[in-house]
Amino acid sequence: MLGLKKRTFHGGAHPPEGKEYTEKKAIERMPAPEQVVIPLQQHIGAPAEPLVKAGDLVKVGDRLSEPKGFVSVPVHASISGKVVKVTEMPHPLGKKVLSVIIQNDGEDTLSDTIQPNENYMDLSPDDMKKKIQMAGIAGMGGATFPTHVKLSPPAEKPIDTLIINGAECEPYLTADHRTMLEFPEEILAGVKIIQKILGVKNTYIAIENNKPDAIKKMREVTRNDSTIEVAALKVKYPQGAEKQLIKAITNREVPTGGLPMDVGCLVQNVGTTRAIYEALAKGKPLYERVTTVTGPGINEPKNLIIRIGTLFKDVIEYCGGYKEDVSKLIMGGPMMGLAQYTDEVPVIKGTSGILLLTQKFVQVADPMPCIGCNRCVDTCPMHLVPTTLAEFADFKRYEEAENWGIMNCIECGTCTFVCPAKRHLLQSIRFGKYEINLQKRKAS
Amino acid sequence: MDKIFRVSSSPHVLDRDNVSKIMLYVVLALLPSLIGGTYFFGWQALWVTVLTVLSCVATEAIVQKMMNRPVTITDWSAVVTGILLAFNMPSNVPFYLPIVGGVFAIAIAKQAFGGLGFNPVNPALAARAFLLASWPLDMTVFKVIPRGGTLSGIDVITTATPLNVMKQSLDILKNQSNFAVDKVSQAQSAILQLKGAYGHLFWGNVGGCLGETSAFLILLGASFLLYKRIIDWRIPFSYLLTVAVLAWMFGGPSGLFSGDWIFHLLAGGVMLGAFFMATDMVTSPLTPSGRIYFGVGAGILTVIIRLWGGYPEGTSYSILLMNLTVPLLNRYTRPRILGERRKK
Repeated sequence: MLGLKKRTFHGGAHPPEGKEYTEKKAIERMPAPEQVVIPLQQHIGAPAEPLVKAGDLVKVGDRLSEPKGFVSVPVHASISGKVVKVTEMPHPLGKKVLSVIIQNDGEDTLSDTIQPNENYMDLSPDDMKKKIQMAGIAGMGGATFPTHVKLSPPAEKPIDTLIINGAECEPYLTADHRTMLEFPEEILAGVKIIQKILGVKNTYIAIENNKPDAIKKMREVTRNDSTIEVAALKVKYPQGAEKQLIKAITNREVPTGGLPMDVGCLVQNVGTTRAIYEALAKGKPLYERVTTVTGPGINEPKNLIIRIGTLFKDVIEYCGGYKEDVSKLIMGGPMMGLAQYTDEVPVIKGTSGILLLTQKFVQVADPMPCIGCNRCVDTCPMHLVPTTLAEFADFKRYEEAENWGIMNCIECGTCTFVCPAKRHLLQSIRFGKYEINLQKRKAS
Repeated sequence: MDKIFRVSSSPHVLDRDNVSKIMLYVVLALLPSLIGGTYFFGWQALWVTVLTVLSCVATEAIVQKMMNRPVTITDWSAVVTGILLAFNMPSNVPFYLPIVGGVFAIAIAKQAFGGLGFNPVNPALAARAFLLASWPLDMTVFKVIPRGGTLSGIDVITTATPLNVMKQSLDILKNQSNFAVDKVSQAQSAILQLKGAYGHLFWGNVGGCLGETSAFLILLGASFLLYKRIIDWRIPFSYLLTVAVLAWMFGGPSGLFSGDWIFHLLAGGVMLGAFFMATDMVTSPLTPSGRIYFGVGAGILTVIIRLWGGYPEGTSYSILLMNLTVPLLNRYTRPRILGERRKK
């Protein structure tokens, strides 16, 4: 791809990409499982109240919960059948969460609430946002922040630049890549909706250079649209992190402690953008998503459309099961994903990938003292001094840690990846951030 | 399920580089200079190096055993210290100097502070300073004439390094009235000769410590480390630039801006120091701007010692002194966080 401007940020690293497992594999639809476990809390913000009880019959797309307050979204049934129980179940983010367990009746009957709307572009921005909230859409890149909240910036913070995030810098994951290849028109339609809601024209679709086919595809479908530029980015982790992406594309810096809207930017993941289109045009709430099931520890890596609430173990079984020496089960990618202790957790709205690593890929090394090689400093995409921050956190010197900007850490893991002494830098920094937040909450 | 999964904090993949690999790369980068030293000064040079390395490694093992700590000699860091220490000695030192130097470097300058990662100053340089103070003659008399010719005899007569000749000649020229006429003309011709000796200085057939004489071989090894991103360009670049500028400004016999800066870059240990000792990871600053200040500071001190100090060479002391400023430099040079607006 000659002539592409290679936009990027300062810092970062090059973990092995591992995309070859699934980047060429078309998205498949995984059949609905026998049973789903749908946690009521799949987003950041206030939990939702259950609307169903054991014994109720539900159809695909039926709303199962009532959002509490503005920063909250409902969840929906992903299969048709009978509610077995509403109880606390293991959740991939760690704690047990109130969840609705549904037994499949095998009919897959759609809810009457799912009504296509050809004239969805005639809706007012406020109606659009309401529909997006009630469709249960939360950021599908992994952060799961309610999308309608993000689309409601205060009047004093006008947005002038929309960035659609197709960077997918996290190794191994190809869900966004395949979505761009297979549903480019739906992404484009989603972009038009967001543009209308925000009253923004200037739009970039940001894609890392290791996906030339996706760049080509998106350029094709946006050819006649002068408001959209497909921006090719240098391949570097964490290129898709919000602040780094904004810096690469607009050269603006989100102020420390601030949000993208402070510099007039809004970033949406490509999967979320497509979900917005589906919600408005097809009337379809977010009850399934594209997820990459991959890694050296799985027999048949795939890109799948999976119903929300499908247990990891069912997904893994569908992909041919574990390899013998599997060692780690991760929700998300290898850099920022969460290691799971059990495969009896459900796929949630933020499950961009399920990664299985084998013994060989899991380095367990005893940390050595820091030798001051500077690698964490030179690669930190936030320009922090990770080794010093980790030391402050380890010695409970929280005030100094704060002065050195520990709260700005985006937890991308680059420092720990590059550390030749194999120090658990991010683990210490995370702990420090947690303790500082705890102290602040106690103080207030 | 019957599977048991390993659970840990992200990231779940780590880079393949580790401390031992980095140290091994440094050893590899020092090999050209070691081979060069052996070529120019004979087998004696290799022997000195073998002795310092053995002494360093053995001391590390013994001290760690005595302290009931895990023995870490396989991380190659003691080997690096050993080689660098040897590179800072004349090839003709008595056999006990390498041994004592190795013990001092590891036991006092490194392990007493907690071992790798905790030493405040470069162990090899600390040991060199210790040896220089204790056996000044053995450490500064260069008896071996380097293979491949000398600087037309001047360095043989005085058994001194080119830096020595330069310093003495400049002293004479600056106070001409105090010296006999033939001394003055000798000094003038010596300086001219040094100007014509860039080739010797670059390739390495001049008197000096066994690993410091060949700028070419040092650059060869250093470019490997720069390519592998084990050393950062900031320290050597700012260091050498400072030395060159200051030497050009103040290092000449006829007032400002008459100094021979090429000579000052090529002569003595400044190349070795800039690329292999000032860049020592443990004892150099973490922050990018701190590394520049560090290099500039070392450059200033080197030139001050060379031009106005008691020694002809100032590289090792300047780096040692700058090592001590590292905690301070780290504290005051925190990089600007992305999005941070600093008060002016």
